[in-house]
Amino acid sequence: MDDFRVADLFTSIGRLWTNWLVDLGVSDPWILFINSLIGAILIVVIPVTIVVFTIMGERKIIGRFQDRLGPNRVGPFGFLQTVPDVVKLLTKEIITPDHVDKVMYHIAPMMSVVAVLLIWAVIPFAPNVIGADLDIGVIYFVAVASFGTLAVLFAGWSSNNKYALVAAFRAVAQLISYEVPLVLSLLVPVLLASSMSMQTIVETQRQGWFVILAPISMLIFFISSTAEIGRSPFDLLEADSEIVAGYNIEYSGMKFAMFFLGEWIHAFTICALTATLFFGGWLGPFVTQVPALGVVYFFLKMFILYFVQVWIRTTMPRLRIDHLLNFNWKFLVPLALANLMVMSLVTRLLNPIEGPAADPVVQGAVFFGANLVLVVAALMIVGGVARRARQAQEAQRFRAVASGVQG
Amino acid sequence: MLDDYVLIGLLFVVAFALPVLAITFGNLLGPKKPNRIKNDVYECGMEAFGPAWVRFRVQYYIFALIFLVFDVELMLLFPIAVAYDFLPLFAIVEAVLFILILTAALLYVWRKNALEWS
Amino acid sequence: MTTVVFILFSLMVLGGGLMVVTASNIVHAAGALILSLFGVACLYVLLNAGFLAAVQVLVYIGAIAILIIFTVMLIRREGEDRLSFNSMWSGVLVIAVLAFVGLILILNQVWPLGMEGGAPDMNLDPTVQLGRMLLDPAGYVLPFEVASILLLSAMIGAIVIAREKRKE
Repeated sequence: MDDFRVADLFTSIGRLWTNWLVDLGVSDPWILFINSLIGAILIVVIPVTIVVFTIMGERKIIGRFQDRLGPNRVGPFGFLQTVPDVVKLLTKEIITPDHVDKVMYHIAPMMSVVAVLLIWAVIPFAPNVIGADLDIGVIYFVAVASFGTLAVLFAGWSSNNKYALVAAFRAVAQLISYEVPLVLSLLVPVLLASSMSMQTIVETQRQGWFVILAPISMLIFFISSTAEIGRSPFDLLEADSEIVAGYNIEYSGMKFAMFFLGEWIHAFTICALTATLFFGGWLGPFVTQVPALGVVYFFLKMFILYFVQVWIRTTMPRLRIDHLLNFNWKFLVPLALANLMVMSLVTRLLNPIEGPAADPVVQGAVFFGANLVLVVAALMIVGGVARRARQAQEAQRFRAVASGVQG
Repeated sequence: MLDDYVLIGLLFVVAFALPVLAITFGNLLGPKKPNRIKNDVYECGMEAFGPAWVRFRVQYYIFALIFLVFDVELMLLFPIAVAYDFLPLFAIVEAVLFILILTAALLYVWRKNALEWS
Repeated sequence: MTTVVFILFSLMVLGGGLMVVTASNIVHAAGALILSLFGVACLYVLLNAGFLAAVQVLVYIGAIAILIIFTVMLIRREGEDRLSFNSMWSGVLVIAVLAFVGLILILNQVWPLGMEGGAPDMNLDPTVQLGRMLLDPAGYVLPFEVASILLLSAMIGAIVIAREKRKE
């Protein structure tokens, strides 16, 4: 037992385990395989366990927002409600309609879940605790998200149902539209950290969380991700009162549950990513001395952001599809493009290649100021456009009334 | 570096196993009484007529196309963002020029009213 | 071990490609295409080109495949599922084999086409290298800017074509 530091709990446990395997005489490739398998199982188990609590927590919180109690029968304060829900879904009859496209119909819900779980491989929990610190971490996340888009398309098509197909197309239109500002806003942390690796991005935030350096990027990322997972106010994809449950009409029982599981997990995955990319991930006081604290900070940030997300969900009404797409292409994308250009120019101007880097405090202030200027400019432009549209409308109405009076 | 991908590969397999297990459980535990009505296509309580055919709307195609162009542009921007520390000012200006040309593309599409959903 | 994995991925690519041309249902063909492209991405990973693998998934599978599927699913009419039988398949097969052999010869420098690539600096991360070369005036900055003009013209062309159809 060389150095087992409680402060560095997880890494020490990992080292102990690997040393034990080596002592047993297990050869190197097998060690890699076993460790990776354990890591993979952990990465699958952790979000699934968390989701059980977040489903419960969200229902209680929404209940409180709506001035009611939320589920409170099963278990203390209703916290075991998810268990009977799962049992119910398990025992429902799985109806497979005729004429469905066999392969796609069965694969679609699985793809949906796999797409979300794959993201957790690159999320850093603590200084050395990460599934796989890929040096393409950020793009990996976006690439995996496109699997989810495909799953929706497959589900809608294979259901052999007009409504499902229409809903799937609209859903995919929304998903791919919001991917553009998502990736654009992701470029800013990559730029600031000069790397796509998640761990490096967190490390770079020791000098200042990116939410202060690039608040617009954080907002765009958060909004686009909320649209990507189909949560309110963008939940046209599953608008229960409109397109009759959307692309998963023909799914029942556990397959239906898989889609929902994917969406719930995706919800706090987004918060985890925002926390990692913009709020410093596992950074916090004393984390250099006690690395295991990083996990605590990370989950704390994630849950706070999740609360904000639930808050937004219960407060805002649903956006219509054309409003949603207009908002994306006519506001978010130009804003994200302008943001990227401004950030890249300002960063280079502040830290020229030859010459000393500017003082971090000055940097932070300048970045924040630049973002502020951009936001004000954007709002002024939007306000001006809206005012002109309103004036044109009033002029028209005035003319109509005037001519009506005449004629 | 390649070792990281072993985990990703295994994660793929394990993550696939989860829904497979869950659905198999559901299959085992649930009743199985298919009948013609239940297996039929859902059409708000009516008999479905005609195959699943959606009216062709150019709008879907245009959005997918615009997304494709932007996707390619973003992929070209990623290496630049990663190499940022090594890039002098005029290189950044060149990158900004690239982004501006594509903003012009977006403006063109906007002016031509191709972004409407109607 | 790597060989086994390589063979597996190659089977995915080739099998997917085969299914694309032999599937009777055109949507199945699109699905097989996605499988094939994914296999290519896995091959990129084996070659230590993680960035290219991610780009492959993002652009090919996440955008182009979706575009293809949109088109296929929207234009499909009942009764058109059976793909037509191409009677010239023997001629096409000969051309394909010739192209394959030619490609192998070129890639193995047996039949050099006068292309010499510069040796990359292995000290830096390949993606960083790519970024620097893309913007280096002595590098590829001109093709880079031309690429943006190309994308612009692609967008304009697509809008022009699509709008004509709408006016009809």
